[in-house]
Amino acid sequence: MPEPGILLDFIRGVLYAMTPILLTAVGEIVAERAGVVNIGLEGIIMLGALAGAMASEAAGSPWAGLAAGLLVGAALGLLHAVLTVYLKGDHIIPGVGVNTLAYGLVPYMIIVYWHTAGQHQVPEYARVPHIAGISPVTVAAIAIAVATWYVLFRTSLGLKLRAVGENPEAADTVGVRVERLQTAAVVYGGMLAGLAGAFMSIDWLSTVTKEIAAGRGFISLALVVFSNWNPLLALGGATLFGFFDTLREWVKVLPGVKGLVPDTLLNTIPYIVTLAAVAGVLHRVRPPSHVGMPYRRE
Amino acid sequence: MAARTPVWLRDALMRLGETAIALAAGIVVGAAIMWLSGYDPWEAYRYLLESSVLDSYSLTMTLSFAAPIMLTGITFAVGVRAGLFNIGAEGQLYMGALGAVLVAYAAHRGLGFLDSPLGTVAALLLGAGLASLWGLAAALLKVRRGVHEVVSTIMLNWIAFWLAEYMRVYVVYDPHDPSKTVQVPPGARLPLLASGTELSASLLISLGFTVFTYVLLWHMVYGYELRAAGLNPHAASYGGISVERMMVLAFLVGAVAAGLAGAGEVLGRPPHYAITTGLSNLAGLGFDGITVALIGANHPLGIIGASVLVGALKAGAKGMQIYAHVPLEMVRIVEGVIIIALAVPGTLRLISEYRRRRLQLARVEQAKTPGEGAGSHA
Repeated sequence: MPEPGILLDFIRGVLYAMTPILLTAVGEIVAERAGVVNIGLEGIIMLGALAGAMASEAAGSPWAGLAAGLLVGAALGLLHAVLTVYLKGDHIIPGVGVNTLAYGLVPYMIIVYWHTAGQHQVPEYARVPHIAGISPVTVAAIAIAVATWYVLFRTSLGLKLRAVGENPEAADTVGVRVERLQTAAVVYGGMLAGLAGAFMSIDWLSTVTKEIAAGRGFISLALVVFSNWNPLLALGGATLFGFFDTLREWVKVLPGVKGLVPDTLLNTIPYIVTLAAVAGVLHRVRPPSHVGMPYRRE
Repeated sequence: MAARTPVWLRDALMRLGETAIALAAGIVVGAAIMWLSGYDPWEAYRYLLESSVLDSYSLTMTLSFAAPIMLTGITFAVGVRAGLFNIGAEGQLYMGALGAVLVAYAAHRGLGFLDSPLGTVAALLLGAGLASLWGLAAALLKVRRGVHEVVSTIMLNWIAFWLAEYMRVYVVYDPHDPSKTVQVPPGARLPLLASGTELSASLLISLGFTVFTYVLLWHMVYGYELRAAGLNPHAASYGGISVERMMVLAFLVGAVAAGLAGAGEVLGRPPHYAITTGLSNLAGLGFDGITVALIGANHPLGIIGASVLVGALKAGAKGMQIYAHVPLEMVRIVEGVIIIALAVPGTLRLISEYRRRRLQLARVEQAKTPGEGAGSHA
């Protein structure tokens, strides 16, 4: 029977770890429901983390940092929307480009902006304050997941948006503004991924590194599938992933295990869990019919 | 007159023009970022050129970097030809390198006969084999469980990364130097093509495999079926082609390519002949392949040219860092912009379409008001 203090710490750890993938996955659920895939989420998280730390330190306010994350995410979402929705381009290649850009820009900026290589520690004054040990971003992420579910499945806006992803021709015929809705959905997805990045740099980890996203953008993509494109199920899935992510860190320092199982091997856990989860559930899920395909009016 | 130009030639020229625009976009954005962060872009690009193409040593550096990314470019390109976005070259390259190091480890641990060309062959085979396991995992997840390859290959990349790190730290470490694994013994190394350089025979392996891929894709039945499956899976399976088998084939060919790239780096590149801390001498070579494939239009012959171009960027980045003090990550930023620019569907086509539409509009107006239209749009 573990001490209650340890248990509380563990729960806090899970809440931290679930927050960025929940935000990113909920945003991508909306984008994919509208028919647009964005695999550039990894890069958006990285650039959101970078911008969040820069703005937070420059303005002396973590709220400015979170706003910067949202803004960078919105801008990258808009770029993706222009390429895929209006220019009818491929959905995957721009994402690869954004990720590559981020793999370069983040370490580059750590060197030229903070004059250190590899890692920048975010100072105390620039970190998001917590209430009872819980980040307001975590609370916001859960609220966003619930609100997004409500809008998607209980309002006419949500119905239109899902119609666009299922059958854009039909939606178009009855007067839905396909391109506009898709753009809004992708920008929304970008914003949440950018916020997730800022949360990681100025809240959870208090650091900027070039490995800060560590595949979480792609884990979120897997979570979208795992949750059957449903924000409420994503809440459950994100908790599951957060659990394993935290477990990995805990097992590393557990007296009996430390030294017995190398931490390098424990680091594979989140990725193996992701693969197992996606491979195990996929027969039950169904993606939006028109996801990932450019819509051209006849 | 334009209609007389053969279609393939027009397409190829169009493609070249678009690539040139994308490169220009990358160079301009890179310059802007350097200028904003207080560097002199002219100086930076001058050193980039000097350290990549302007003398024979720089050229060998460029070619030495072209060798692995030509192969990882093949990985991505063969995937695209089969309708897949296989971004698993990075992890498969780690596994290939690990395979080569394992053979080196065996040579140090009693199997002395592997300190010979036999060891080279064994290292290449084991590297390609381990990489194939990684490719096969993604292939089976795709065809049996419907897991999208973008997700599975990225997860497999991270698993490969930590597995290789584990092996480097705990198993195949160099007892005299904690920053790297055991070295490939001299007898098993790939010979250098020019002494005093980093250019090894791995370039020949890369060229050989690339030509093999070309022959496979365009001159063999398997390749025809693979491309058909990628172009239109429904039509292909109606025509009796097993789309799933073609996907597995594409994953395997790609994995062997990436595995050879990783093994080649360990077997051929001085001074380490090993895997270094954090896989720092391997990291990014798989992702560079995506850039190479996209610039090379996913065609093996285009990829040879594109790999030299991106190899020059990589070689030049080192010179840029040493002499102009610009962090070499700059080059990855340029690559990212190039990919985004290449993602703009038909930049040239957009322009020509805009012109065509204006002409059409002009014709419509002409038809409406013959007298006026002819005058204003002539």
